Amino acid sequence: MSLDIDGIGIAFGGIKAVDDVSFTAHPGEVTSIIGPNGAGKTTLFNLVSGVYRASSGRVRIEGQDVTGLAAHDLARRGMARTFQNLQVFPQMTALDNVMTGCHMQERSNLLSDLLGLPGARRETERSRASAMAALERAGLADLAHRPASEMSYGQLKRLEIARALVTGCTILLLDEPAAGCNAVETREVDDLIHAIADEGKTVVLIEHDMRMVMRISSHIVVLDQGRKIAEGGPQEIRTNPHVIAAYLGAHGAAEAEAAAHA
Amino acid sequence: MMAGQRPTTSAAPADTGRHAYLQNKVTRRRAIGPGLRTFLIFAVLVGLGALIFPSSYFYRVGTLVWINTLAVTGIVVLLGYVGLVSLGHAGFFAIGAYATAILPNYGVPSPLAMLSGVLLAGLLALVVGRPILKLSGYYLAIATLGLGMLIWMVLSKEAWLTGGPDGMTVSGMNARNLFKMVGLNLKSAEAWYWVAGFTAAIGAAIAVNLAGSPSGRSLRAIHDSDVAARSLGIDVARAKSRAFVISALYAAVAGGLLALANGYITPETGGFMHSVEMVTMAVLGGATSVFGALVGALILTALPQVLTVFADYEHMLLGGIMVVTMIAMRRGLVPFIADLWTRRKS
Repeated sequence: MSLDIDGIGIAFGGIKAVDDVSFTAHPGEVTSIIGPNGAGKTTLFNLVSGVYRASSGRVRIEGQDVTGLAAHDLARRGMARTFQNLQVFPQMTALDNVMTGCHMQERSNLLSDLLGLPGARRETERSRASAMAALERAGLADLAHRPASEMSYGQLKRLEIARALVTGCTILLLDEPAAGCNAVETREVDDLIHAIADEGKTVVLIEHDMRMVMRISSHIVVLDQGRKIAEGGPQEIRTNPHVIAAYLGAHGAAEAEAAAHA
Repeated sequence: MMAGQRPTTSAAPADTGRHAYLQNKVTRRRAIGPGLRTFLIFAVLVGLGALIFPSSYFYRVGTLVWINTLAVTGIVVLLGYVGLVSLGHAGFFAIGAYATAILPNYGVPSPLAMLSGVLLAGLLALVVGRPILKLSGYYLAIATLGLGMLIWMVLSKEAWLTGGPDGMTVSGMNARNLFKMVGLNLKSAEAWYWVAGFTAAIGAAIAVNLAGSPSGRSLRAIHDSDVAARSLGIDVARAKSRAFVISALYAAVAGGLLALANGYITPETGGFMHSVEMVTMAVLGGATSVFGALVGALILTALPQVLTVFADYEHMLLGGIMVVTMIAMRRGLVPFIADLWTRRKS
């Protein structure tokens, strides 16, 4: 489903962290948000996913206004996300983390959960199966029974992706999924995101790894100081003088160029 | 959240494939569910107690241990699963106890009186829970503290109904009669011991069932990350409210049992110290597991009995134990020992 951001903004104590940002993310595509640190990328995610309440603007899913809905209601409308500063459940195993993502598919009621009735156990088995499949996809199946607190940063990043995937989302917001990953892992995450978009999901990505961004994005939105300064395909963004000045710099532009020819 | 590279306890052995391992685990789970297993372990422990107790006095203390275990299991659901601190649960405990004490005077049979108390406590938790569960951390602790104090004050002041600060006797059902029906002739203290033990075992099984269920995973998710839980579609306010109600029900059942088993209750059952005691038991034993509830309840119920000789120093000793626990094993005794065990094995 397409995600429409229309003139969204929020101010913290007079400072406009995000100011009048608009863009549309389409199904089957990867839309990337880039920009220097403090540009408001994560704040934008928090606005879209209902963590913060926007002071202006609209968010629409497939044309339907969902502005101001609570985070869990947005999840029910098919939006899932990962977090820049990791929000895993450290006391649970990797498997339990992902099983928690199956919450919306689980159909047992509280009473049957308390009494351990077959219905509740069946739901748990089903969640276990789909969680295992998602872990497999994220390359974490070997670690299924390991407590999340003992996993590496890069692994936890992928754990969050697996957890978001099992929600059955149609819109996926990924906040720096490749942070803390080595080159091999980054490539894996890259492939995974590609595959997710190919399934027809709408992927919105925040990422600093320019090679990755240029490789997988269909559309790029550039933020600086809370405002959108450019928008377009990878080729346009790479050569946009404003973007080079504000963010990419000479080195970044070279990196991006290298990615284009890789 | 242990630091360092602790070897994992649950990783598959190298020679079996991980799927074989998983399969094995799943089938084993099906053969005997974790809830039933917990019930059986508790039942064995109840039986063990009965085997070694030499006198009615021991049965009475044992009864108290099981009643406290039941109440603390409710705290485990709230504090251990969801991470919410309540310092007012003695209030719910007292509602269960006083309903069981008062209603028979108006012609209501004891089991029905107890049930009414339990439902009343649950209803109050539902109504009060919604607004105060918006708070977290020590704000919530203070709000629940206020709730507990209100209940305690009503019980102390409304002497016409509750007997006031002196408390009231509880007339009505004796558990002996239950056992007489099936031809067992037990002493009253023994009969209450079995009833309390059996109820605690059921309570533990329910809490364990919950932990491994879809609802339980939601609760544990909230414990670790509120924001992530919401992003997965979990209605956090509703889940918290449910946990609060469930834990209030545990406290009220325990209160009702205490009233019946003791035959006498005072407003102190609803007092602040009692609330603190419940939380302390959970924290000492380990708030994340029902076995923690049992161990905490056992130690803090039995110890004062053993220490009557040093009655003057009792509180000092308890306080000392608490301080040492918090410094040496913050997660409580049961997780601490479980960790030692797995570390020794690996």
